[in-house]
Amino acid sequence: MNGNGKLKIGMYWASSCGGCDISLLEIGDKILDLIQIADVAFWPCAADFKYQTVAGYPDGYMDICFFNGGVRNSEQEEVARLLRKKSKLLVAYGTCASDGGIPALANMNSVAEIFDAAYHSNPSIDNPNGIEPRPHVETAVGTLEIPTFYPAVLNLGQIVHADFAIPGCPPQAEDVWEAIGALVSGATPQHNGDRRIGCTSRSVCDECVREKKMTRIAAFRRHHMFRPEPGWCLLEQGAMCLGPATRGGCGALCPQAGMRCEGCYGPAPGATDQGSAMIGAIGGMLEATTEKRAQEMVDEIVDPPGTFYRFSMATGNLKVAQKH
Amino acid sequence: MDENEATFHSGGNGATPWQPRIIGFLCYWCSYTGADNAGTARMKYAPNVDVVKVMCSGRIDPDLIGKAFANGADGVLVLGCHIGDCHYISGNHKTMVRMPLVRRVLEGMGIEPERFRHEWVSAAEGEKFSRLVTEMTEQVRALGPLNWRERLHACGVGHGMDLAPWGEERP
Repeated sequence: MNGNGKLKIGMYWASSCGGCDISLLEIGDKILDLIQIADVAFWPCAADFKYQTVAGYPDGYMDICFFNGGVRNSEQEEVARLLRKKSKLLVAYGTCASDGGIPALANMNSVAEIFDAAYHSNPSIDNPNGIEPRPHVETAVGTLEIPTFYPAVLNLGQIVHADFAIPGCPPQAEDVWEAIGALVSGATPQHNGDRRIGCTSRSVCDECVREKKMTRIAAFRRHHMFRPEPGWCLLEQGAMCLGPATRGGCGALCPQAGMRCEGCYGPAPGATDQGSAMIGAIGGMLEATTEKRAQEMVDEIVDPPGTFYRFSMATGNLKVAQKH
Repeated sequence: MDENEATFHSGGNGATPWQPRIIGFLCYWCSYTGADNAGTARMKYAPNVDVVKVMCSGRIDPDLIGKAFANGADGVLVLGCHIGDCHYISGNHKTMVRMPLVRRVLEGMGIEPERFRHEWVSAAEGEKFSRLVTEMTEQVRALGPLNWRERLHACGVGHGMDLAPWGEERP
């Protein structure tokens, strides 16, 4: 606390979609309560603070800084290090910051492939001279510099120490409010030893209202291929629901609406690698009794790494694909 | 580099030629006994597989396979009882589903399929064990070191890129 005795909070977006900033506003009129006790010291999405302003703060000036998004380029890394220095508590906010999230799916492709898709081969691109962004460009007015593109998307914890992580894509407003309340009051939020807050210490299945009938999966079906029966476990119906491998806290919103869990809260407690946890979970659930049938059923699954690591590529075991 | 890391690291350092480092997960009841069988019969096979004994191949968490690759293994070999022979009745039925899935994930991540093998070896199949180990070693040797940890390090995992300009040239 500095000056007027109010807390100083910050929020930054790195490689993210902006949904996390919006989700903080989802706490609704409680934002007024927050403003009563805290001043915004940095929040590019909502207020005009420059990096120089933050660099001018004394170390540890901000009491809590939420960092959303993964780290994809040198600018984001620089700001992550700067915010670590200027914040007492640095919180990885949302799945991109805590586990890599959707941007980290790009780790399955090489930088050359990403640039090719973004600047050349995509049908909607009009780039006759094949121009690609370069970190340094010589112009008549001097050298222009843009951030360098890194070979992989990393979660915040790979760059600097994050005190806590609030998973979710986006984190649910009530969980966020609860976590903020705990952080603001100075109490250590309940985190079950894994530094994750605003979530439960169980899996999504634990919160899901659908009934597990202990039947086996006859065939995998994607959600456009069938209408799920209400009240019955989606995984047992053949939807690749990541509930067993995913941390709870969302209230099983998607399964309740008939949509399989895509795993946005990251790996379930006790697991570090979400995909492995999912493979382990479905291992005993298939109807297959022969090796041939098992292989056939496994071959039906579309894009296993992209499905199992949809939100957690950066904290999986392998993290990046071997591509040249 | 601590001692543990040094002994696990498979990459050649110039002084000693590179040797494939393969982690083998063997079920206690069939495959490990099969390996024992190969030993008692004094069969010759490549010394490159580090055997990890597990009670059942159904107990091999796919996480362990990913961890092995991420921490320096050049190949992983998973051996269990034949279908129908499982000491725990259906343990290897789970393996039979998980391993093809692990293989698909590994392929998606660009790990050559030859680096991961999953076979059934009974307690009497010492000969099959020694053949598999030698085959596996040779196919991994042909591919060369995997060096996954170095790959992760080069991508900034665990330390960030330290703002080192990654440069104009893309790999």
